[in-house]
Amino acid sequence: MKKQTVDSKPAGPKPWYDPRVRSLFFQVVAIAAVFWAGWTLVENTLSNMESRGISTGFGFLEETAGFGIIMSLVPYDATMSYGRTFWVGLTNTLLVSVMGIIAATLLGFLIGVARLSSNWLVAKVSLFYIEVIRNIPLLLQIFFWYFAVLGALPSPRQSIEVGGTMFLNNRGLYVPEPLTQDGFGLVWGALLVAIAAVVCIRIWAKKRQLATGQIFPTFKVGVAILVLLPVLAYFVAGSPLEWEVPALKGFNFGGGITIIPELAALWLALSLYTASFIAEIVRSGILSVSKGQTEASKALGLSNGLTLRLVVIPQAMRVIIPPLTSQYLNLAKNSSLATAIGYPDLVAVFMGTTLNQTGQAVEVVAITMAVYLTISLSISLFMNIYNRAVAIKER
Amino acid sequence: MNKTKSIVLGMALVSGAFAASSAMAATTLENVKEKGHLQCGVTSGLPGFSQPDEKGNWTGIDVDTCRAVAAAVFGDPKAVEFTPLTAKERFTALQSGEIDMLSRNTTWTLTRDASLGLNFAGVNYYDGQGFLINKDIGVDDATQLDGATVCIQSGTTTELNLSDYFRAKGMEFKPIVFDTSEQTVQGFSAGRCDVLTSDRSQLAALRSKLADPESAKILPNTISKEPLGPVVRQGDDQWFNIVKWVLSVQINAEELGVTSANADDMLKSDNPNIQRLLGTDGDMGAKLGLPADFGHKVVKLVGNYGEMYDRNVGPDTPLGLDRGINALWTEGGIMYAPPVR
Repeated sequence: MKKQTVDSKPAGPKPWYDPRVRSLFFQVVAIAAVFWAGWTLVENTLSNMESRGISTGFGFLEETAGFGIIMSLVPYDATMSYGRTFWVGLTNTLLVSVMGIIAATLLGFLIGVARLSSNWLVAKVSLFYIEVIRNIPLLLQIFFWYFAVLGALPSPRQSIEVGGTMFLNNRGLYVPEPLTQDGFGLVWGALLVAIAAVVCIRIWAKKRQLATGQIFPTFKVGVAILVLLPVLAYFVAGSPLEWEVPALKGFNFGGGITIIPELAALWLALSLYTASFIAEIVRSGILSVSKGQTEASKALGLSNGLTLRLVVIPQAMRVIIPPLTSQYLNLAKNSSLATAIGYPDLVAVFMGTTLNQTGQAVEVVAITMAVYLTISLSISLFMNIYNRAVAIKER
Repeated sequence: MNKTKSIVLGMALVSGAFAASSAMAATTLENVKEKGHLQCGVTSGLPGFSQPDEKGNWTGIDVDTCRAVAAAVFGDPKAVEFTPLTAKERFTALQSGEIDMLSRNTTWTLTRDASLGLNFAGVNYYDGQGFLINKDIGVDDATQLDGATVCIQSGTTTELNLSDYFRAKGMEFKPIVFDTSEQTVQGFSAGRCDVLTSDRSQLAALRSKLADPESAKILPNTISKEPLGPVVRQGDDQWFNIVKWVLSVQINAEELGVTSANADDMLKSDNPNIQRLLGTDGDMGAKLGLPADFGHKVVKLVGNYGEMYDRNVGPDTPLGLDRGINALWTEGGIMYAPPVR
């Protein structure tokens, strides 16, 4: 009935009955409301802060920080600015996130595959690991690795020694630091040449395989080239490398590279926790590949390893990548729990000490949120690009 | 229909933000009276300063400073609700109006006074930063601490003083920064650091919390000035005056010998200073917007400064801190309050 009425009136309905006009109107109103709300919030905050005598602006980033930070990847001391503390915190956050993502991925894939093993013991141990680790809150695990493991380690004077060059105690793990001397550039050059050679060999091997069907052992040859060439260059250049061995000075060890227990505890906890989730994702991905695929590749004469590498994993990746991205994002964000055990990450250094010493809460929190957003969006972006590469190409 | 609904809801939310800002326009005293209690920011647990006992009652010298203000406003020292805050949270909580006053062993510094929109209403404890060390490391003086690992609590002036001190002495240190004082003690007792640094008054309290207090000792050095006191928001002079003068009344009461025990008898005193203090002469209360007898209520219900000190941190408490520089100016200390007149 209604349709007829519309048809009989070519002039169309009145504008406020026209669904297109109406939806446009509401969209404009909605956008205006959002902008107005945002503007009001900013305006209100600024005027309220001014009326209460709270100083605003980003000038504080130039001021001298005047506090110490235990670990820093960029040069830092107390005479530098608050702006510098931001970079110290950011690099520390990125360090633990990247280390965590790598370890969690390796461990997660291993456990995920082990969970599907036909060996009863291996499968059950993996199941046990997953169910225990993923059901205990992360903060508790961080505390466990920090305080339980820290408590078990000896004091610096009773350090556990490995060959007189590495030391482990409750202040951290001390390893010798390699100091490159003149002529080490040759080793780097050799490494670059080796990489180029491996790439060329791979291209050539693929071409040959397509043409003749013969398989060239690219992997073994590649590894050999990558190791041998730089080692050769190292000796040709006359061993241009010296090691700075840590030594006990006063209360603590000095020299060498220190891996502080806060970093170790946080890294362990983040990797183990996220790995348990990744394991389940990997399992679901592998199970999503139908058994027919495996049987078909076996029928073609592919070995177990090749079946897994060439048939199952590539198809499983399509299911694995999207949830894996979420786990990476979680790991990066969970790294902010560092503040509980004194690891100097962005939240602890910048949103903690810097915020408190300057009192610029709104600015500091805004910067920190923007940083986490940027980190998360970058991870998302890279994973989406990768996902597009492995996704089914529908033609 | 749904869209309209969500827009209306959005408008309501935004106008809510407006409402919140206009509510702040009332004075703090009016707000407090309307709520019927004082909202006071304290530590999450520091013996002698602010800590809940087994029954959940808050005790400590900072807590008593809040109770004194409640006694002045309501005539009831129990009309206080406490908000436990970490060092990092405290100023934001006060700035945002979540609490009416902050009494959380907070050091008075120029930056905090001038750029945070806050006012320090006096000093209820003169403190200084010191070091708690593990006896095993065999150090008798802070100048021997070169290369030490130091546990500190985040967001404190301590963090800056420590760095200044080591820099001035040309020594190196490794800071381990924790969020709360409990975690700091845990880190220290787990052997993560050689030294724990904090205000001296806290060191005594934290040492008493260790599993084996005998294993640690406090170094004799004091490396900074830490005047601790109550803080209020800037821009409400009446409330600022109230908090400032309640503390002053307590200090003056000690000087004049008025205690919670003899406050009632002192009402009959001929001493004009005591009469003004207790409100039997002059109208000091009205000038602050408080009842005329607010001084009497404060001293009777909470006590004078000396009582407050002895009860919470004095020699007979587990902290066992001597009055030292916190003694009255008449007794060799620097505790001095302007006159009530």
